[in-house]
Amino acid sequence: MLNCNAEFTIHFSIQHSAFSIANAVIELTPPRPSYRPRTGYLFLAVMVGHLILISAQVQSKAGVPVLEALTFGVFSRVQLGASGFFRGIGGTWGNYVALRGVRSENETLRQQVSDLQVRLQEQRALAVRANQLQSLLNLKETTTLPTLAAEVIGGNPNSGLLTVTIDRGSADGVQPDMAVIAPQGVVGRIIGPVASRASRVQLIIDRNAAVGAIVERSRAGGMVIGVEGDPPLRMDLASNLADVVAGDVVVASGVDGIFPKGFVIGTVERSERGKNLYRDITVRPAVNFSGLEEVLIVLSPARSAQPEEASKPREGAK
Amino acid sequence: MKAAGVMLALAGALALQTTLAGLTIGSTTVINLVLVAVIYAALAFGPVAGLLAGSAGGLVQDALAGGIIGVGGFSKTLVGFVVGVLGAQFIVAHALPRILMFFAGTIIHELCYQALYALVESKAFRVAWSPTLMQAAINSVIGVLVFMIIESAPGVAQRRRARSATLGRRY
Repeated sequence: MLNCNAEFTIHFSIQHSAFSIANAVIELTPPRPSYRPRTGYLFLAVMVGHLILISAQVQSKAGVPVLEALTFGVFSRVQLGASGFFRGIGGTWGNYVALRGVRSENETLRQQVSDLQVRLQEQRALAVRANQLQSLLNLKETTTLPTLAAEVIGGNPNSGLLTVTIDRGSADGVQPDMAVIAPQGVVGRIIGPVASRASRVQLIIDRNAAVGAIVERSRAGGMVIGVEGDPPLRMDLASNLADVVAGDVVVASGVDGIFPKGFVIGTVERSERGKNLYRDITVRPAVNFSGLEEVLIVLSPARSAQPEEASKPREGAK
Repeated sequence: MKAAGVMLALAGALALQTTLAGLTIGSTTVINLVLVAVIYAALAFGPVAGLLAGSAGGLVQDALAGGIIGVGGFSKTLVGFVVGVLGAQFIVAHALPRILMFFAGTIIHELCYQALYALVESKAFRVAWSPTLMQAAINSVIGVLVFMIIESAPGVAQRRRARSATLGRRY
């Protein structure tokens, strides 16, 4: 029986004790009622406090106090999370809730964009037109020929004939067989009948058109005629001995009495030796006939290709 | 009363420690009276008193020593708590267990103290065992002497008997 009056100790013999070493010097006693779990919490709190205190004084490798670096590192994650949270809320609000009036606004903006696109097209067309007129004006100033500006007002509904209608006619001094040119080169000639305020122009790419021509580089002569093909011009009557190569510029020779000499007709695209006496030469026209809008009419009356003496009736023939 | 006693013990230990700072052998401090006071408080009043005494005494000692404040406090808090818990689990009324507690507490304190300094100064952890063991031995002797002196004071024996009687009735 244990002696309760003495100090409450349990004597373990060496045979009965599990703590043989401690038994020799320490007497086992029941836990004191004063020790509670809150002591452990207090211990942890004090130790953490000391660690924080130490961290505040210790410099990290970056030269910043460890406490500051640790606090910043931890709080940066908090900030990151908070920032992501609020960004998510803002994104949800901005992308869903705040988009209620966007549909009507979008429709309004679409309408404005359409209007602006139309206006832009108009302005662009005006700019192109201004450039064309400027080119035409420059041509008019540089050429010594009397010319008259005209605007293409229509094409030919008949696909067999390549003609266009211009807004100048006999009232403006326009006569048949007058040459029509553009800043890029020769366009065609006036063909009758000529109305007072309009006239028709036969394009040089028409299969019935022909222009006296020479190669600008080698001065090799020939005649450019319209063909149904690509390119739509062919240069005939150029000798096989003539020096004509691809890339040569073909200009009007003036021998036809209609087209002024030196105006560009086109560029040689292919030049091969022909089976007969003449070379097979195709010419790419300098003028873009599909985009023809303004032209110049050369007001000089066409001169006959034949000498005046030859045209006069011989006296002896009477 | 208990808190006042602990504070008084700490204050006295600090005063003596600073006064007797010249007690060195081979330029190494061979006595740590504050630690002795902490272990005493832990053994006499339990783990709470031990850890609070260790925390306060260590902080003050760190502040007076000029090092990193908190290292000594951390170590002494740990020692005070551990010794207090052990003192609550085992009867350490005799000299031998007290010597063991003072000795082990000093060793734990030095190990923790050196490890913390090695950690914060990014140095290799190396313990100078000779002065550590010397200090542990001296602290143990002083601690036991302190216990003996206090227990031999008038009225202490009677209070102790009364406490033992109370525990005996309880169990």
